[in-house]
Amino acid sequence: MRFKPLLTLFLIVSFAGPLFAADTIKIGDINSYKNLPAHTIPYRNGATLAIEKINASGGVLGKQLELISRDDQGKPAEAIKIAEDLFSREEVSLISGTLFSHIGIALGSYAAKNKKLYIAAEPLADALVWAKGNRYTFRLRPSTYMQAAMLAEEAAKKKDVKTWATIAPNYAYGKDAVSAFKNALKKLRPDVEFVGEQWPALFKINAGAETQALLQMKPQGIYNVTFGSDLAKFVREGTLRNLFKDRLVVGLLTGEPEYIDPLKDEAPEGWLVTGYPWYDIKDSTHQEFVASYRKKFNETPKIGSIVGYNTMMTIEALLKKAQSTDTEKMVEAMKGLDVNTPTGPVHYRAIDHQSTMGAYVGWTTVKNGTGIMVDWKYLDGKNYLPTDAEVRKLRPN
Amino acid sequence: MSIYAVQFLIGLSDASVLFLTASGLSIIFGVSRIVNFSHGSFYMLGAYIGYSLIGDSDNPLIFWGGLFLAAVVTGLVGVLVEIVLLRRLYHVPELFQLIATFGVILVIQDLTFMIWGAEDLLGPRAPGLTGSIELLGALVPSYDIALIVLSPLVLVGIWLLFYKTRWGALVRAATEDREMVAALGVNQNLLFTGVFFLGCFLAGLGGAAQLPKGGANLLMDFGIIAEVFVVVVVGGMGSIWGAYIAAIIISELNAFGILFLPESSLVMMFLAMAVILIARPWGLFGKSESMEHKPPSEREDLTISGRKLPWNWGWLLLIAVLLVIPWFQIDFVMTLVIEMVLLSFFAATLHFIMGPGGMVSFGHALFFGGGSYAVALFVNYLQLPMSVLLIAGPAVTMVFALLVGWFCVRLSGVYFAMLTLAFAQLAWSVVFQWDSVTGGDDGIIGVWPTGPAEDKIVFYYLVITLTSLSLYVIRRVISSPFGFALRACRDSSLRSRAIGIDVRKIQWIAFTISGFMAGLAGSLYVYSKGSIFPTEMAIPRSFDALIMLLLGGVQSPVGPIIGGSVYTFLIDYITRFDYWRLLLGIMIMLLIVLFPRGISGIFSSGIIQRIKLLGQSE
Repeated sequence: MRFKPLLTLFLIVSFAGPLFAADTIKIGDINSYKNLPAHTIPYRNGATLAIEKINASGGVLGKQLELISRDDQGKPAEAIKIAEDLFSREEVSLISGTLFSHIGIALGSYAAKNKKLYIAAEPLADALVWAKGNRYTFRLRPSTYMQAAMLAEEAAKKKDVKTWATIAPNYAYGKDAVSAFKNALKKLRPDVEFVGEQWPALFKINAGAETQALLQMKPQGIYNVTFGSDLAKFVREGTLRNLFKDRLVVGLLTGEPEYIDPLKDEAPEGWLVTGYPWYDIKDSTHQEFVASYRKKFNETPKIGSIVGYNTMMTIEALLKKAQSTDTEKMVEAMKGLDVNTPTGPVHYRAIDHQSTMGAYVGWTTVKNGTGIMVDWKYLDGKNYLPTDAEVRKLRPN
Repeated sequence: MSIYAVQFLIGLSDASVLFLTASGLSIIFGVSRIVNFSHGSFYMLGAYIGYSLIGDSDNPLIFWGGLFLAAVVTGLVGVLVEIVLLRRLYHVPELFQLIATFGVILVIQDLTFMIWGAEDLLGPRAPGLTGSIELLGALVPSYDIALIVLSPLVLVGIWLLFYKTRWGALVRAATEDREMVAALGVNQNLLFTGVFFLGCFLAGLGGAAQLPKGGANLLMDFGIIAEVFVVVVVGGMGSIWGAYIAAIIISELNAFGILFLPESSLVMMFLAMAVILIARPWGLFGKSESMEHKPPSEREDLTISGRKLPWNWGWLLLIAVLLVIPWFQIDFVMTLVIEMVLLSFFAATLHFIMGPGGMVSFGHALFFGGGSYAVALFVNYLQLPMSVLLIAGPAVTMVFALLVGWFCVRLSGVYFAMLTLAFAQLAWSVVFQWDSVTGGDDGIIGVWPTGPAEDKIVFYYLVITLTSLSLYVIRRVISSPFGFALRACRDSSLRSRAIGIDVRKIQWIAFTISGFMAGLAGSLYVYSKGSIFPTEMAIPRSFDALIMLLLGGVQSPVGPIIGGSVYTFLIDYITRFDYWRLLLGIMIMLLIVLFPRGISGIFSSGIIQRIKLLGQSE
């Protein structure tokens, strides 16, 4: 008796969803909107902008696109539940999104088991397309491996830097990023030596002590993977204790506006970083993107914004190529899909489902009270991926 | 040698912020007995308010004045929370206060997000202290020195306030015996509000004082809360000196841990806490609980008796509904029901030690997540089939429960809760940082059911069957002589001992049974999700179970079922809204203030009684 009202409500809510199915193509979007809003809201903004643009030009397959955004609370198990909900109640055609690598991997495994298409936008883990890759998962953003390889290539050119120390958050992403950089640099420069590693707990860095420990190692080069509030603390303590003076510092993702903007005029100078110099990209499609983004959201774009935008451009191109929302047809269309984006052409490799979207590599400096990238270049992702033979070894059948 | 000296100085300056924040929590607990889980939120508020007040100013007066004012404003927010919410809860069981403060965390989270936005804010530097000075051959930031000086000053200030003023004397008197102070005509409300102001003031001061070393961001509240609790518990709850010493111990442990064991930074802290609690259950400077005045708590007894098992038609209807659900063939509904059932099951295992046993555990996720991880690891490394693992998984957590329980049942009340929290956090940090075995935060994936249960409908029925059976067993145990002995231990351990009940043994057995059952729930859970991640073992998961019990009603036999179902359903529903944390936080607070006996309490007070009466008259 006491359960009846509850169950009635439950059943009504459960069944009400499908009744309102309209003639739109629904895209399920899952991201950690509450845990890391500074990184995920720009992603959603970018995606929203793209959807509006696509719909204004008549949509795809004669239908409008509809983005259904959900918060995964930063929990993989929650993300899987939401994916199930999106497919069964909202009847979405595919899912996209996510920032955290572990959530990306969880959704990848869900996609494989349930034979649904998942386009991972932001998660960086290499395993997503290699060790744990599968038929139904594709990724847009350049992975940890690719970005580390790009940085290693530039760092290798500094012949006098021979001893390196690393500092990275103590979790899977940090570990991946360090080992990728080490391997790539060692391959190019067998003479370099890694003299020490520091592993602060994520978002709990004890910056003073970490800096002191790094100083103790007396490295010539430092490879930094810390980000967010950890990065701010690390930069501040490191500057105060002269850690960065006369040393080559390489920062993974440090040039991305999400991470460098909050540092304002204290942004580190002369670091070699990957990032996103949106203020300096001359390409007209990109400038158009920046202008409409700033107009609509009254803020400058972040790396998440362009990733969100490119993800939706991918979905548009995918639907045009597949001419269907059938999962198997879409998966086949995704293989070898070419998309034109504001950051240049992107190709989804059939062999490992990784896109060739590249990254911007350059040097940091401070101008008008903000950290920016100078002397940057766009490195195409296709040149920083392992050979087909290597990929076959990495991927399960 | 100098490297160690410099590292020691770093430890001291870190200890400073930690001490400021922790001392506030310790004071609040010492006087009001409220375990304020939202203390980290006040720390975060202090940082944000300080950031806004100080701005880009180069004036030292504005900087230091800003710090002070930020602390005052934070204190005033604390006063608001105390008057609106906590004041109504001094006479309800500790658990309710705890959950209420959990609601405060959620509300402050979303409000901060609304006011200050999502971006991390870099804190202002202290004017005049932006550089560093050379000390022992190394550069030491001058603000570090300022912090090292600040905390003893605050410590002395608090001591003077408590020991040299009339207000302080009254507060100490209230700490010793609340009722006596009230009987002497002291306005308790005013006293408690004052104490809460002081506690939040200190948290705000800690948050603002760390601005030059970091800044303000939305993860600060959960970031510091575990550490602050470790400090307070290690130092002895209510002891200011203890908090100071413990803050130094923990910070030095961190600072030197970074030099020698850079990869196990999280484990060290919780290991230290567990060791200290085992050796000195009331912390370094805490007083043993037997000397303290026990807070009045409302004890309603369970209504189950040996003969009247609640196999009434309400239960049968519920099971019938659950059995029919797969016919609708909607995957998501089944998924959601499985989750509701398993989390209710998990809540019921906690209820078993908490309701009849009176043992409030803050770390029950240890057994839930432990069961999941045991299964996932067995699948990953030994490829064992599901039929074996549904026994092996719970067996592993039973062994955990035997070990952890042996230490925990020596304590009671808040100290019991804190030790369970310490063990759970210890296990969590091992799982999180030992990534070569557990996959770290990438978790373990690909743990799907094997055998006939590969079919989702079969798995669904398996979950329903095993859960119903387990709940039936728990129910039988509660109404057995063992269950009665357990309740006797809860109500008076002295009298129980006098009539020959081995209190610790009874509680130990109950704890182990609960650990086994929670492990079973966790084992099924991992199969339902296909993967497991450290979040299933973290503090919020333990809290979920507590909130479910609260929602359902702690002393009601159907509490965990109602609470678990409603909560899972609610979370699934409201996370669609942008400000769902705010909404959930407000709902939790309202529920506690308006219906302290939970949902089942609402029913049993009115409707159910009437139904029972009707039944009898027929």
